[in-house]
Formats: sequence, C-alpha cells, structure tokens
Amino acid sequence: MAFEDWEPVIGLEVHCELKTATKLFCGCKTIFGNESNTQVCPVCLGLPGTLPVMNEKAVEYAVKIGLALNCEISKFSKMDRKNYYYPDLPKAYQVSQYDKPLNFNGHLDITTKEGTKRIGVTRAHLEEDAGKLVHQGGKAGRLDSSDYSLADYNRGGIPLVEIVSEPDIRSAEEAHAYLTALRNILLYIDVSDCNMEEGSLRCDANVSVRKKGTEKFGTKAEIKNMNSFKFAKQAMEYEIKRQIALLEKGEKVIQESRLWDVTENKTKPMRSKEEAHDYRYFPEPDLSPIVLPEDYVQKIKASLPELPAAKQARFVAEYGLTAYDAGVLTADQELAHWFEVGAKLTKSPKGFANWMMGDMAAQMKEQEKELKDLKFDQKKLAELVDIIEAGTINSKQAKEVFLELFNNGASPAEVVKSKGMAQVSDPKAIEAAVDKILAENPNVVADYKGGKQGVIGFLVGKVMAASQGKANPKMVNEVLKKKLDA
Amino acid sequence: MELYEKTIHEVAGELKAKKISSVELTKQVMDHLEKVEPHVQSFITITRDQALAQAAEADKRLAAGKDVTALTGIPLAIKDLLCTKGVRTTCASRMLETFVPPYNATVVEKLYAAGAVAVGKTNMDEFAMGSSTETSFYKKTKNPWNLNCVPGGSSGGSASSVSADQAFASLGSDTGGSIRQPAALCGIVGLKPTYGRVSRYGLIAFASSLDQIGPMTKDVEDCAIMMNAISGHDPKDSTSANVPSPDHLTDLKKGVKGLRIGIPKEFFPDAMNEEVSVAVKDAIAKLSGLGAELVEISLPTAPYGLAAYYVLAPSEASSNLARYDGVRYGLRVPGENIVEMYSKTRAAGFGPEVKRRIMLGTYALSSGYYDAYYLKAQKVRRLIKEDYDKAFEKVDIIATPTAPNPAFRFGEKTDDPLTMYLEDIFTISINIAGVPALSLPCGLAGGLPVGLQLIGKPFDEATLLKAAWAYEQSTEWHKRKPSLRKD
Amino acid sequence: MALSEKDVQYVAKLSRLEVTDQEVAKYTQQLANILGYVEQLSKLDTSKVEPMAHVLDMKNVFRPDQPAPSLTQKEVLSNGPEIQSGHFKVPKIM
Repeated sequence: MAFEDWEPVIGLEVHCELKTATKLFCGCKTIFGNESNTQVCPVCLGLPGTLPVMNEKAVEYAVKIGLALNCEISKFSKMDRKNYYYPDLPKAYQVSQYDKPLNFNGHLDITTKEGTKRIGVTRAHLEEDAGKLVHQGGKAGRLDSSDYSLADYNRGGIPLVEIVSEPDIRSAEEAHAYLTALRNILLYIDVSDCNMEEGSLRCDANVSVRKKGTEKFGTKAEIKNMNSFKFAKQAMEYEIKRQIALLEKGEKVIQESRLWDVTENKTKPMRSKEEAHDYRYFPEPDLSPIVLPEDYVQKIKASLPELPAAKQARFVAEYGLTAYDAGVLTADQELAHWFEVGAKLTKSPKGFANWMMGDMAAQMKEQEKELKDLKFDQKKLAELVDIIEAGTINSKQAKEVFLELFNNGASPAEVVKSKGMAQVSDPKAIEAAVDKILAENPNVVADYKGGKQGVIGFLVGKVMAASQGKANPKMVNEVLKKKLDA
Repeated sequence: MELYEKTIHEVAGELKAKKISSVELTKQVMDHLEKVEPHVQSFITITRDQALAQAAEADKRLAAGKDVTALTGIPLAIKDLLCTKGVRTTCASRMLETFVPPYNATVVEKLYAAGAVAVGKTNMDEFAMGSSTETSFYKKTKNPWNLNCVPGGSSGGSASSVSADQAFASLGSDTGGSIRQPAALCGIVGLKPTYGRVSRYGLIAFASSLDQIGPMTKDVEDCAIMMNAISGHDPKDSTSANVPSPDHLTDLKKGVKGLRIGIPKEFFPDAMNEEVSVAVKDAIAKLSGLGAELVEISLPTAPYGLAAYYVLAPSEASSNLARYDGVRYGLRVPGENIVEMYSKTRAAGFGPEVKRRIMLGTYALSSGYYDAYYLKAQKVRRLIKEDYDKAFEKVDIIATPTAPNPAFRFGEKTDDPLTMYLEDIFTISINIAGVPALSLPCGLAGGLPVGLQLIGKPFDEATLLKAAWAYEQSTEWHKRKPSLRKD
Repeated sequence: MALSEKDVQYVAKLSRLEVTDQEVAKYTQQLANILGYVEQLSKLDTSKVEPMAHVLDMKNVFRPDQPAPSLTQKEVLSNGPEIQSGHFKVPKIM
C-alpha cells in the first residue's frame, strides 16, 4: 500500500479567549503580560467561601460565536463543574459546560482546491481558563524534566469559548483552511484578539487515518501545543505520515496525547498520566442556568457584521471580482473595508482590487506597513486607477505614479501633470500628427499600399517620436490604419 | 440579672439610653466568655482586641446617635466557616489552621455595617460535617446544660456560646440541620432561612445547593432582629434571591389566630424518644390553644430526604473541598511530586468524617454511578420539594420535632456514621426543599432541652417568627438558663 | 451495587487522599453501610421526574463586564505555603 491509499481524519478543538474587560466570574481585568498574580481576587484564586457571578458580556460573545458558526443556540443551557486536580486550576474544578452547551450543531465553510467544503461544528461552549505554570529547574521550561513549577493565576478565570469541530477534515491543508477561516470569523465579530503567541487562540487536533473507502475511524492521537497555524499544519502533516508509516508496517497507533516539538519538528508522546480521566461532571450549583429569550438571540444576530463568506460572495456579485480575489480581500476585515470604500470611488473596482493586491500589497510588505500607516486614502488610489483606465498614462508610468503615491502621498493627477506624463488621446491632435507623418513619408505609404503592411510599425514610431511619446499608441495605430486603408 | 444574660432587644435599649457603653458591655461579656470558656469550649478563636475596638467605634455611633441599629454595640459570635478579613478562619479543620482570609463574608460585612461587635469564631464540626461538633480538629464543645453531652452540630459552638451567654447571638450555617439541631439541643432559637434569603458569599461551602446561613439567638425577637440584619439580595452570590426582604419585626407580635399549622405524620414515628414526643405534642396543643388551626398532613417523600441528602451533599462537598490541595493556602505536607504532595496534604489535613464524605461523593459522581446516585437523588429532590409545595397549599406552617433525641453523650454516636446521620432525620428534608425552618425551646427531656421545629413557605420567615413568638411568650422555656455543670 | 475495597482505593486516588490498607477496609465497610441506606431511593418511581439542581427558580443571573479591584500580589500570596518570586511554588508535576 502507499501513502495515497490512506485518508486522514481530523477534528479540531479550538480554545478562543474572549476579549471581555473582566474575567468570567469576577471583576479582575484580563490584560495579558502583567506581573504575576496581580490580576487575581479571592474569587479567581478559589479562596474558600467565594462564589462566581457570570459576566454577561461573555455570554453575549459566546452566543455571537455560535451564531457566526451557524449553530443552534440552546434554549436551556447551564454550567457544569469538570473536576480534576492540577496546580493551574485553583478550585480543582473547571467551570465549563457538559451536556447543555450554549451553541451546538453548526458549520463553517472553507475554501479548498476542490471548491467549498462544509466542516461541521459540534459545539461551542463557554468555560473558564486555567492559570499558567512555569516549569523550573532541570531542562528549564520543560514539563517532563523540571524540578518544580511556579503558578501564576492572572489568566485563571478568563472566559474561553471552546469550539469543537466534527471529524470532517481530511488533510492538514483543510485543517489550516478551517483554522484560518475560523480565526477570520472571530476577528470579524470582534470577540477575541486571536493572538496565538499570547495564547488567546489555542488549538488541539484529533488525528487518525483510515484506508480510503472505509467508514470506520482509526485510532486517534490528540496533538497539543501547536501555538501557530504554521506549526499546526506541520504537526498534523507529521502526525499523518507517522500514523500511516506505523500502519503500513503493520503496527498500531496508540491512543494518546502528543506534543508538537518545535525544535525537533515532530510530535512526541506526552508522559502518559497515571490514570484515566474521570471528570465527574455535575451541574455547577453556584450559578444559575442560562435561558436566553429568543429576542435576545435575535438582537445579537442582528448586530453581527457581514461575515467573510457573505462578503466574499457580495464582492464577486457587486464588483465583478473573481472568487479568489474576493477571498483575499475579505480574509481581513480591515482590508475588505478599505477596498469597499475605494470601490465606490472608482469606475473600475476590479482595477482597484488589482492595485491593492498587487503593487500596494507588495510595497506594504516590503516597507512593513499596515493600512493605518498609509500616506494616502482610497480616493487617491481610485484617482490613479481611473487615470490608468482612461488610458492617460501607460503601465510603466502608472508604476512610477503609484510609488509617488505610496511614498509621498502625492495626488496621481498632479504627478501625471507635473511630470508631463499625460498621453495625448485627443483624436484631432492625433489625426493631425498622423497626417503630418503620412505627408512626410509618401514612399512608405506607397510600400504599405503595395502590400508591405509591416511598415505601419515604422509610421507609428514616427508619430510617437513626433509627440515625444505622449500620443496614445493604441489610438495612433488605429488612426494610421484607418487612413492607410482608406 | 447580669447584663450578659439579657437579650439583644433588652440590652440595645440600655445602650441607646446610654445606661451603659458598648465597651463596658463588651468587657463584661468577654470576661464572662473567658471565665466559662474552659468548661464550654465554644470558640476556636477569641477576638477580644477586635471586639473592644469595634465596641469603641459603636460607642461613637451611639454617642452621635447616627447610624444606630438594633445591633450597634452588641457582642456576637461567628461560626468559624464565615470568612473574616484578617481573622483566621479554620472551618474547624487542620487544613485551614493558618488560613487568614483577605475578605469578609457578606453577612459579616452586614453585621459590621450594623455596628455589631464580634467576640470570636465558634467551634463546629469540621467543614460543617457532623451533628455533634465532635469532628472538630481543635476541641470538643460541651453542652452548657450538661457538660458531659454534645451541643449538637455542626454549629455546636455557635449554639453553646449563646446558651452560655458568651454572646448575645451568633451566626450558624445549616446544610441539613446544623443550626436547628444544636439550637434544640442547647435550648436556644435557631433559624435556617429560605435558600437564597441570606448571601452565601464568604460561607466556606460544604454543599452549595443546601447551605444557608442563619441566626442563633436567645429568643424569637432577637432572631427577627438578626434576620433583618443579614437578609437580602447580594450581587456576589448568584443564588441569592432577588426578592425584597421584609422587616421581620413588623408582624412579630400579631399572634397565631387562624394560622393553619400542618402536622405531618411522617415526623412522629413510634420509635421516637418519648419525652421529646410529648414535649413537641404539648407545644402543638399550646399553639392550638392560642388560636391556631391544626391540620393533619402528609409529606410522604420527606423521609427519603436523608438518603437523598447523603448523595447530594457529599457529591457537592467532594468538589467544593477539592481546592484544599496545599498550593495556595492552608496546610501543605511535602511530597516528591505534585500528586504525592496533594495526597499527603489531604490525608493529613482532613479528619475521617470529611474523608468519608469526600469519598462517598466522589463515588456517587464517578463514571458509571452518576445516574444511579446523583441523578436519582436530584429527582427525589424534586419529589420532596413538590411534597412541601402541596402541603403549603393547605397550611401556613408545619410543626415537627427538631431532633429525635435530646443531647447525647460524647462518643455515643461516633462509631457508626449512620447513627449520627439519623439525628438529622427531621431537619434534612427542609434543606432539600430549600424552605425556611426554625427551632425553639419547647420543653425538657431528662433535664435537657427539646426543640420544636416550625417549617415555613419559601421567603415567609416572618410567619415562622410570628408563630414562634406567640408560643414562646406563652411559655417560660426561653428564660431557663443552663447549669454549666457535669451530671 | 456492592462497594469493594478496590472501589474505595479508586475514589481515594481520584480525590487525592492517601489511605492505608486499614483505612480502606474501614471506609469500605462504612461507605457500604451508607450506600445500603441510600438504596431506599430506588423504592421511589422517578421515571417521569426531571432532576432538580436548584430549588430556586432562577435563570440568567449575570453581572456587567465592569472591572473591580484585584488583590495585591502580596495579599494573593499571603496564605501560600511556599512562595517564590511572585508565584506559588509546587513540586514537580511528572
């Protein structure tokens, strides 16, 4: 058998930290990177006697996520306790949701090489984050060889939404597309910073492989610690190959948790925990159920911005963009907005898009600039696009004008004027110039009429030279032809 | 009569009339407290300095005549599972021997805001698990009526301190009878309010869906005064009911004429202590004589409350007590690795009763048993609640004994946990249903106090207090003082 | 459902309680007694009864997303059995 005979089956669990001002159950702030244990109060420290009170914004954000992922919103939802001991968990239980998640049964469409593919979203539930452990001594920073650990509870209690996909993903590329699309949606609806380095977006993957054409899932491994989309893709690619290689050799995949090791570029088994988990979920008695009225849900639904997929479709229909171009522009909400403002100011939205994704994107990348750093607005770029569309300047000149625009914010019309770039497109002027050249070159005209049609190029050159290059070459060509063939 | 022997409503008048200052009163109470403490052992921590400072503050308020409440300048005792900022709060456990909360429980804040004086933290069963205060890590509190007997539990120290005049009133907590049973055994008044009536914020949790804080007092009027001070909605407790809290004194003295009192046959089993049975029946007859209408009722599922309780309470407790892991506060016993540290710390920090309940609850919630135990108990809980709802369609309050026996001897029920649990047979279904109930003295059995339990509709503590006051005023039981002697 | 010593060992481990063999034997007997008593619940037909988690009929108890003061680092760590550079120190995890 060969690599191609196997089919990967991937399900993703994404943890998204909500950008509320305060934690899920207390008024502590949620700022990243503060000094250890300074964003902590009796409640999130789990001191005896303290009680949680639900942050209404967290519920709203969680519902927003559910709606954006086409989920059903539970009529009756509740919080549950997930009991386990770990020093980053102050109460030794995590307040999460077990059998009544806020959001369930949704989906997310991703773009693949084969077209659009729908990935099921099993559930998106609300829970609290744990604190942070720093492992010390031994090989410092490594859990398995450290001598001791230090606990910081600043992060403990920050609201999370865990988004669980169906095992509908069939390759690392698809997983990457899912993560990208998901992150994009979360940014659009403005509920999370989605910053993987700061841990506000985290991803675990359940990966297994099976023979193509079979239904039954293979044994899965859970991959953790993939703290960038790039690593996630690499980790899944590696894991798929590893499992196929094992199965090809007739060996078995072990059900276990594995960590992506960035330095060695491989997944490695986590030191297996002593016992199987028995989380003993039960309803959190300190919190009320969540029973959201329909009008509340509808209000949130109405407040949602246009989501990436809808925007992409609209850009195709409204501005005549290709699906690909519309996809690139809508992958970032700011970029999409920048485009749309400009598209309304130009006669050629498509031309505007091409400039954004071409020279503008290239310069931004080269000069490490973001949209907010630009020295020009959409009106000026639209001006340039319209000048080009009118045939006033040629493409080489256009690039020159664009650089002036990008580097100095100069008005394209003024640049064209001050540099005397404007093409002569006045039919009368061109006709006069052509007549003059035809009169000066009777022999060449005779050659043409005698059948040597190639000499027209010589005549075009003469007219262009006479106009110091400003004549519109296309028009010169047309006028010459008309006159010679008359 | 010594000042410390009086009630809150008696002594408050003297404070307001400036016949005495709070500092003088507090000194007298503290001196008496310390004098009898070696015999009774009500307290884990005595806060004399703080009490005197609070008394001085109260005197300023009394002198200015500003912000004076019924509790301004009154020395009170607080059960040692209510968090007190800067004052060690142990839950009578070795686990929390060194724990000093950086915050006050809401009820403590309320008492302080009312100008009350806190004399100390009272002894209790460890983490409120017990019915005799014998599971305390620190000491054995004695029943002031007979120092050879237990004061009941878990709020044993809160009961004995009030009974022995070491404080004018105290706060207790009640998960299955922990206010009412010790109140009955020590001959005082104890009220478990409706679940949600009093904020649980700062009450170290035993079983979150059953726990409720309440007052323990020398008489019914004091109980109403305390209820006024501690009741009400608290945004820090999601389970605190957002309903207005009435003035419990308004209707207190309006009598029981026409009040319908339900007598549930399930609460008068044949096997009951004869003297207790007689005392309670006499009390009910007395209420009838005062104009109340007696109605025979049935609460058929109430007797299953105890069984449901021993699933629900330990389950919640197993989770609530998981946080005691030696990382952030409390005891730590060193270990080679984290699991060893956890296991040694918890083995050393908890006593046997606490461990028993943690393991019982862990078992009931564990994979494969959840439906058979926890879910089943939650269903039975609904049946019990519905029984009470139905009963309250016919009656205004329900009268029963508080405990099947008067105070028992130390060690008498410690060998078999189940025997001890059965002491709560009459009180426990009330927590399951979340309704309010109070216990007040209604006689003696073998020279030891007997308690009458009155059960009310949700958030209708006022009617309970009204009935209790009417009965109390027609008897002398509340005026009896304990001997503070051994037998 | 008879409770075995193995069950007690399992729950002791799950609840992070170190127990001796004698304790296991004692607890097994005591817990079996209590569970035997609890067994009476099966006499009640609850096939049509919804479980009750809260006695109060409450829902949607929320608070506004408004910051409140945290403790100082010193206060946070004040009860910690072992402290190191602004953190709670714990023994090695694996």
